[in-house]
Amino acid sequence: MAMTTMHLDIASTEAQIFSGRVTSLVVTGTLGDMGILPGHAPLLSALVPGPVRLVTQDGEEQIFYVSGGYIEVQPGVVNILADTALRADDMDEVQAEEAKRAAEEVVLNRGAAFDYSRAATQLAEAAAQLRTIQQLRKKAGHH
Amino acid sequence: MAVGKEIRNQISSIKNTQKITSAMEMVAASKMRKAQDAMQLGKPYATNIRNVVSHIANANPEYTHVYMKERPVKRVGFIVVSSDRGLCGGLNINLFKAMIAAMKGWHDQGVQVDICTIGAKAGSFFNNFGGRVVASVRNIGEKPELKDVIGSVKVMLDAYNDGTIDRLFLVSNTFINTMTQKPTVEQLLPLQPADEPEFKHHWDYIYEPDPQVLLDGLLMRYIESLVYQAVVENNACEQAARMIAMKNATDNAGTLIDELQLIYNKARQAAITQELSEIVGGAAAV
Repeated sequence: MAMTTMHLDIASTEAQIFSGRVTSLVVTGTLGDMGILPGHAPLLSALVPGPVRLVTQDGEEQIFYVSGGYIEVQPGVVNILADTALRADDMDEVQAEEAKRAAEEVVLNRGAAFDYSRAATQLAEAAAQLRTIQQLRKKAGHH
Repeated sequence: MAVGKEIRNQISSIKNTQKITSAMEMVAASKMRKAQDAMQLGKPYATNIRNVVSHIANANPEYTHVYMKERPVKRVGFIVVSSDRGLCGGLNINLFKAMIAAMKGWHDQGVQVDICTIGAKAGSFFNNFGGRVVASVRNIGEKPELKDVIGSVKVMLDAYNDGTIDRLFLVSNTFINTMTQKPTVEQLLPLQPADEPEFKHHWDYIYEPDPQVLLDGLLMRYIESLVYQAVVENNACEQAARMIAMKNATDNAGTLIDELQLIYNKARQAAITQELSEIVGGAAAV
């Protein structure tokens, strides 16, 4: 019997974003957009900031925005572990430095390198959000 | 009549205090409900990520991640989660006692301890206590976000990665119910393997980009989500403990007021009696 729906869970550390049966799903992986249909081969991938587009069992299209994370595909079950915080290695590094600094109780001016990495990540984030909004507009145009 | 003016003043000042404590009790009760909801919201993520990590670990038995390897212990790390504010009974101090007991256990074995503090109370306590505090976060507030803990967790994970510490523990309060919060010391690293049979079957995954990189990122997020959950749970504990502490304070203030009122009435009665007997005595003398 061909599977027609799969179970999808989208969760972040702070909340459960979506849980239910869907017929198709499009996410933005590290290597580009991926379409996932029921019966997809088992897959594990990292996600970059971007929209998650899904069609529910009732044929309703929904679009969510995730700022990165991971996707796990098993036959019949899909798990998306979404990040809510902006993530980039150098930014994590900065936050780690800040925690260390707080421990030493020293207040220093933030360096230029910090501002650059934050700006770069925010730019990527903003571009991805824009894409989500455009898709939402396009969807609204169809109706 | 100036009888018992001091007592009256004291009664009114205690009444004011009682108003404050009972208001704080009600505020804490409503915040506790919100904090408990937040605690529930984060649970699916923690469960899902644990499952995924176990799936990968079982699918790749040839690759053992550094987080899963036991190694000889020379130095251990503690992440301690406390509240930012006081007036919550013995919540923080009981937690610190549990942590000090655990630290003493390691000290006796000649093992050094690194501490990462989350919350203002732990920060100031362990700075005075004389532990080696390598990272600290404070003022997270009542709506903790994941980004608040990323930095300090990374300091500890980096220390684990480069071999500075060989074990990592998480010390926080567990919310059992409104009346009971239990201090717990839990081992984060190395990860205790999950031997549940449901993870024994394994999928032949397609990996993008590759399993090692994925596992690195996932494990980091897994640890972060555990710490984040602890922060959220500790917040619920804090509000519950504050609610109980304030309830006790309100009750105590009530008892105190009753006692003072009794003393005041007695003094007043004694003054009236004395005055009367003076008048009667005076009239008899005339």
